[in-house]
Amino acid sequence: MTDKLSKSDAVRTGTAAMVKAEGVHKSFGHVEVLRGIDLEVKQGEVFCLIGPSGSGKSTFLRCINHLEKVNAGRLYVDGELVGYRQKGEKLYELKDSEVALKRRDIGMVFQRFNLFPHMTAAENVIEAPVQVKGVGRAKAKERAMQLLERVGLADKAGNYPSQLSGGQQQRVAIARALAMDPKLMLFDEPTSALDPELVGDVLDVMRDLAESGMTMVVVTHEMGFAREVGDSLVFMDEGVVVESGHPRDVLTDPQHERTQSFLSKVL
Amino acid sequence: MTDIDKSAAGEQRTPPAGPEAIKAIPVRHYGRYVTAVIAIALLVAIIYAFSQGQINWHAVPDYFFDDRIMKGVGKTLLLTVLSMLIGIVGGIVLAVMRLSKNPVTSSIAWFYIWFFRGTPVLVQLFLWFNLGLVFEYINLMPFYKDYWSNFMTPLLTALLGLGLNEAAYMAEICRAGLLAVDEGQTEAAHALGMSHSKTLRRIIIPQAMRVIVPPTGNEVINMLKTTSLVAAVQYPELFRFAQDIGQNSGAPVEMYFLAAAWYLIMTSVLSVGQYYIERYYARGSSRQLPPTPWQKVKANVLSLGGPRGAVGA
Repeated sequence: MTDKLSKSDAVRTGTAAMVKAEGVHKSFGHVEVLRGIDLEVKQGEVFCLIGPSGSGKSTFLRCINHLEKVNAGRLYVDGELVGYRQKGEKLYELKDSEVALKRRDIGMVFQRFNLFPHMTAAENVIEAPVQVKGVGRAKAKERAMQLLERVGLADKAGNYPSQLSGGQQQRVAIARALAMDPKLMLFDEPTSALDPELVGDVLDVMRDLAESGMTMVVVTHEMGFAREVGDSLVFMDEGVVVESGHPRDVLTDPQHERTQSFLSKVL
Repeated sequence: MTDIDKSAAGEQRTPPAGPEAIKAIPVRHYGRYVTAVIAIALLVAIIYAFSQGQINWHAVPDYFFDDRIMKGVGKTLLLTVLSMLIGIVGGIVLAVMRLSKNPVTSSIAWFYIWFFRGTPVLVQLFLWFNLGLVFEYINLMPFYKDYWSNFMTPLLTALLGLGLNEAAYMAEICRAGLLAVDEGQTEAAHALGMSHSKTLRRIIIPQAMRVIVPPTGNEVINMLKTTSLVAAVQYPELFRFAQDIGQNSGAPVEMYFLAAAWYLIMTSVLSVGQYYIERYYARGSSRQLPPTPWQKVKANVLSLGGPRGAVGA
């Protein structure tokens, strides 16, 4: 509990924005998925995105590490523009290699885990540090074992993903993302594909991670987790931010009618 | 590591302890015996007919391990392996080009596949063979300069003709394999900061291999047989040597049978190799590896008398 308090202090004192969105728009063909998103994720903060499906929350998350290209507006991660370089008034698209370089610092956890099925749990965790950062195999292996230990799966290091349950796969996926020592972690509905029984294990790992001070942006339907662990919460609908604030306030006393009707259905 | 394996194996070995296991008389499959008898009878009839024909069967064993035949077998294998290598490497490159975002590379790949898949391989062999009519010299400025006819040996002609044609087919097979890998894999790799080429090499291609290997095995076997065409560009291999011996020894038809037997032997050996390569790339895809051929044969033979599911588990 003291950990949690000290961490909250850090959040309150830290003013640097890890993610900053200014009027972010995104369309797929004629469908406008994001219609002007403005928000700020502070360093060390657990930032929860909730909303009905199709509200654009996952799309926004994917914009943060440039898996989707923003059509209009500006999106910054750690003070740097995502996907572009600005020189005077002009924007220049970043090369693939430059985008890849920035993605190293942003961990991402997917709804469908997306573990590499032809590699064991340990190999999944080792892969990126060795291939991308050029870390030595032995050193990466040691680190991987520590991370698997941290997510409670040290004994499953030699298992292939198909031999693991959904919850175990998702925890390996978290370890895989952490192996790159990211400064920001993105979670795209990390528990939505899991059996209800297995959700708890994954949330425990995420809670542990939040307590260590990691900046996290979490798209989730787990209102309990948002209330308990979240520092900020945003309710999105139809591509816009409807309501934002501290999770306790928004979840218990929603101001906006749309938020009220959504929460009455999910809580 | 093997928690799951152990429990699965344990279940199979020890019958359930509690209730008494069911002992029922299995369904009798009389149809299987009848068809087996008919098939064997037909086979015997065909073999008898051939043995009574005017064919000098002794010529086949006499020449089976003849020096020229052995040399031909070696060259056929060499040609198969090298042209498949060109085909596979070329095919992967073309498939990646075809799927590239770059419209220039994807158009080039499209054109290549269109041309090499659309013309007969025999015509392509002749084309390479006669390319000296177009290019008199080959001139790689500082390294090499010679008459085209000296440069384009029968082996090189055969390799280019077969390999480049094969690359067009392999490209389509590889493309199907690459497309079969879930897009989430690419996203996960990119999210970890892996480049396009690293993602392809480390993540996508190893998974695509599961889809690519079976049809490639088919292509290898096809290639082995197609090598018999290169006699047309003066490269001697098994079929050509068998023909030569046939003409000199007065047993031409017999030598065709001999060649057929050798082709069958080689394709059989290749099929076994293909099986084990498939097993290798299946790792991580299923909890239990598929049975080996021997296990399968055992299961099938035993299943003649009993229900399929009960045996081989």
